[in-house]
Amino acid sequence: MKFSKRWLMQHLDAEIGTAELVERLTMAGLEVDGVEPACAGFSGVVVGEIEAVEPHPDADQLRVCRVRGSGAVQQVVCGAPNAVQNLKAPFAEPGARLPDGLTIAAVKLRGVESSGMLCSAAELGLSADHQGLLELDPALVTGTGLRAALDLDDDIIEVDLTPNRGDCLSIRGLARETAVVTGTALRDLPIVPVAPEIEDRLPIRLRAGAACPRYAGRVVRGIDPGARTPQWLQERLRRAGIRTIHPVVDVTNYVMLELGQPLHGFDLGRIQGGIEVRLGLPEERLELLDGTEIALDAETLVIADDSRPLALAGIMGGNDSGVDEATRDIFLESAHFAPLAIAGKARQLGLHTDSSHRFERGVDPELPRLALERATALLLEIAGGRAGPVEIAESPEHLPTAAQISLRSARVTQLLGAEIPGPRVREILLSLGLAQLAEIPGGWTFRVPSWRFDLSIEADLIEEVARIQGYNQLPAIMPALAPELRTPRTSPVEELRAALVHRGYREAITYSFVPPEIVAVVCGDDAGVAVANPISAAMSVMRPSLWPGLLLAARHNLNRQVGRLRLFETGLRFSGEAGFGQRQTLAALISGDRDPESWANPRRRVDFYALKGDLEALLETLGSAALVTAERADHRALHPGQSLRLADATGCCLGYAGALHPAVARELEFDQQVFLLELFLDRLPLAGDQGFSVPSRFPAVRRDIAVVVPVETLAEELLAVVRRAAGEILAEVRIFDVYQGEGLENNKKSIAIGLTFQDDERTLRDSDVQAAEGAVVEMLASELGARLRGG
Amino acid sequence: MDNLETIVAQACAAVDRTETLAALEAERVHYLGKKGALTALLQGLGQLPPDQRRAAGAGINAAKNELQARIEARRQQLAAAELERRLAAETLDVTLPGSRVDVGGLHPITRTLRRIEEIFVSAGYRVEEGPEIEDDYHNFEALNIPAHHPARAMHDTFYVDEAHVLRTHTSPVQIRTLERRAPPLRIICPGRVYRCDSDLTHTPMFHQVEGLVVDREISFAHLRGTVDQFLKAFFGSDLPVRFRPSYFPFTEPSAEVDIQCTQCSGTGCRVCKQSGWLEVMGCGMVHPNVLGHCGVDAEQFSGFAFGMGVERLAMLRHGIGDLRLFFENDLRFLQQF
Repeated sequence: MKFSKRWLMQHLDAEIGTAELVERLTMAGLEVDGVEPACAGFSGVVVGEIEAVEPHPDADQLRVCRVRGSGAVQQVVCGAPNAVQNLKAPFAEPGARLPDGLTIAAVKLRGVESSGMLCSAAELGLSADHQGLLELDPALVTGTGLRAALDLDDDIIEVDLTPNRGDCLSIRGLARETAVVTGTALRDLPIVPVAPEIEDRLPIRLRAGAACPRYAGRVVRGIDPGARTPQWLQERLRRAGIRTIHPVVDVTNYVMLELGQPLHGFDLGRIQGGIEVRLGLPEERLELLDGTEIALDAETLVIADDSRPLALAGIMGGNDSGVDEATRDIFLESAHFAPLAIAGKARQLGLHTDSSHRFERGVDPELPRLALERATALLLEIAGGRAGPVEIAESPEHLPTAAQISLRSARVTQLLGAEIPGPRVREILLSLGLAQLAEIPGGWTFRVPSWRFDLSIEADLIEEVARIQGYNQLPAIMPALAPELRTPRTSPVEELRAALVHRGYREAITYSFVPPEIVAVVCGDDAGVAVANPISAAMSVMRPSLWPGLLLAARHNLNRQVGRLRLFETGLRFSGEAGFGQRQTLAALISGDRDPESWANPRRRVDFYALKGDLEALLETLGSAALVTAERADHRALHPGQSLRLADATGCCLGYAGALHPAVARELEFDQQVFLLELFLDRLPLAGDQGFSVPSRFPAVRRDIAVVVPVETLAEELLAVVRRAAGEILAEVRIFDVYQGEGLENNKKSIAIGLTFQDDERTLRDSDVQAAEGAVVEMLASELGARLRGG
Repeated sequence: MDNLETIVAQACAAVDRTETLAALEAERVHYLGKKGALTALLQGLGQLPPDQRRAAGAGINAAKNELQARIEARRQQLAAAELERRLAAETLDVTLPGSRVDVGGLHPITRTLRRIEEIFVSAGYRVEEGPEIEDDYHNFEALNIPAHHPARAMHDTFYVDEAHVLRTHTSPVQIRTLERRAPPLRIICPGRVYRCDSDLTHTPMFHQVEGLVVDREISFAHLRGTVDQFLKAFFGSDLPVRFRPSYFPFTEPSAEVDIQCTQCSGTGCRVCKQSGWLEVMGCGMVHPNVLGHCGVDAEQFSGFAFGMGVERLAMLRHGIGDLRLFFENDLRFLQQF
């Protein structure tokens, strides 16, 4: 909420500097968001009065005015169309400085002396309006300084109120709070009831008492349609960020700002019969003041007359029944609407008005009559007219009752960890308008003032005590928490992260919501979870895989000429199943050069085996390698000949790894190969504490053989045969070369295998090794059709 | 004996002339080998008269020793020269960059999360996590935010369906933990959260760490002490910290916490909007309704909770000005952490 500091100060008995006020309010929980001067800096501008206007001898557009300011009458050349005799307008006298830095001097304009300048609102930085001179209130005294006359030496303070402090959405409410936190006295606000001069009244029927338990209204007839809202009132509205519209609207807005009670003015001529506060009927429609038309239903509270809905209660008036330039007779509404009746509805309709903002936070139910009297008095002063009697309808059983709360002194001490003397506690609460109802053992019972909707339990009162006492005056100590020794838990995610970092990967954090097009291309049937109200189409699906996010990050980098990528991410992936899946996942992406470019490294691109090496390292890190099997994958995002599906012993899928499918790569506009892996961490089997074997003390013997096999023969098959044939003395087997090409038939490849033999109990004899090697060659020949290369 | 002197003189000259260890070895063999000249002289001793043999033998042996010493000296010279040559030949440009494998790194947000976690875990807090698609009850209702409460407007919520939202804070993890475990407890809940808001200073996804302590006799003073110590530990300096009253439906009393501006040390600058203070977290005493929702007796137990934005803390600590950098994953940015 924005407000004029000068206006606030008029409700208090002492002057408080802006800096101090800002500090006090902020530290009381009414956070000040900003302070700006009410008006740009200028000097030497006074209330000028145009005494005579003559045409300019040499220019049709200009006129020569005789203007009275602070001294002798001056001759001023002016081009404004509204420069007419007797108008009062801002007059920048010679020597004046305007906000844009211009200094006014006596000049000749088309040969005519001009001593000073008449100003528009825009020239003074008061508004964007530069359509002619700013027309001043004729009641202002000619020659007085404009800053004083319009009270411009003021600050506009913006306070960011939390939703519990609806009571501070008014000057009066802020003044009440300021008085307490600065120790100043609050001035009385005398509101004198306006005696009715006419008998006219409208019957008011409350058909929805829970939503509207109190409705006050009154007829005012004969207002002057030509009346203008006075400058001072316009200024106060402007400083609160509200535009001047029509005297009736301006007055209701003013009283809302002053007291916090939203009001509404109807054109009396548009009301047929009486006022009925009721819920909407099916098929009913209402066109609002902003021109939107809404369909009503039985959840919508409306103000209706005998035949149709007139206004959306507490939110916005109807277009059909509002005041306009021709309005002479009005009906003023000042009602109490229950927060819940307004809160849900306004948001549901996408509406948020000054009125709904207040009602949904809670408006003092004691205000309607007071606000109505205040508005009537102001309106009569500005626009004349005669008021009818105040009519109030109530639904007593639905009126909010002031909460009664018991507060225990010991509880204050316990919750705040500070001894605050009982009298001080009492003093704080009484200063906030609470009334002590009784003393109870070790405490008191208080009644909450009608404007504090936020106080309902003991803790609320303790907060008030702490707030006024000052949070920073309270002690700060560490809690004495019992120490606890726990089994160290190594999180698999942390271990994998560390392993990837050591292997040169950078962690990425991508948005969990991804574009559905990429999901469709990469994930196929697994569509993820759609967000009902996404911020954009590109962020509308909760990822079913971490790949879309990594692919987007990869593209971002490639587009910026960063071509060597090693990225990973951990986080949840989502699916349409019950509970939305929400499974812990790790994904990685590599592309470009395998090593950082260097004179020392041969330049190699990453390939499937680079990815697989990293995958193996990850599984070994967790001790899961032996528990996971890998087989050829069938995944729409992956190259069918360069991809793996990981599974546990039961066949349950644990993830995928492989080259991005060339067709998918083309669709996603990658022009270099990309390799991806994804591990479903929620399912990955983890090895417990591992056993170990004592390394052999006896020498190892190594034998290398190269065998020629059909190209389709898989390394895994070959190794299985080797292990089976070699028996227990085979300590290790490695494939150290794979060759295909010159010197071999087209459909053959050569695989070179290093066999390491070792025994735990003895030194192997030559004959042991020869026998094992022979068995290997023989079984490879018989089972895989392998022959020794060169043999 | 003329012959012996001649041979020794020749041999010494030959040894001194050698330029390589191999040549030296050849000379050694030539004079001292099985068929060498000196060896032949020794073998010829038998033909001398017995009375001369002794003297002649001694002379030859002396000559042989002299020659051996000469050879050894030359060997050392040559070996030293050879080593010199090898060292010279093997000298590298040691200023060339090393042959290396890159080391990667964790995202600055993860690093910040770790820092926060480490501080609390060392004080006995447990780390708890929970779902990111959360039901309305755990995200709002259980936290004392009923439907239509104006506080829901403080959370620009993403909806998945009528009953589920993308969690707007990690507070639901506190509820889930309290439902599962009886107090006393102390936990922190790190994780991703989502708000339907995107501009210069807001991203629709960000990270929070929330903390919760529930025990007998936990007070606002404990909250103040804990938050104050945490912030000083996190920033590694004795920063002034202040508490301001605020409002959260799930705490009462509630507070916002400011630290002295890290940019200007409190004198006022653009970063702190001239106030000298930066808001870094929200906190308060757990609302009795929240404890009640979780079946905790609010007369027996009390607790405090706090929550902070990880991006904001990371930005302040590293002086990062643009929030969006965190989620672009530009390697040129990530590599700096």
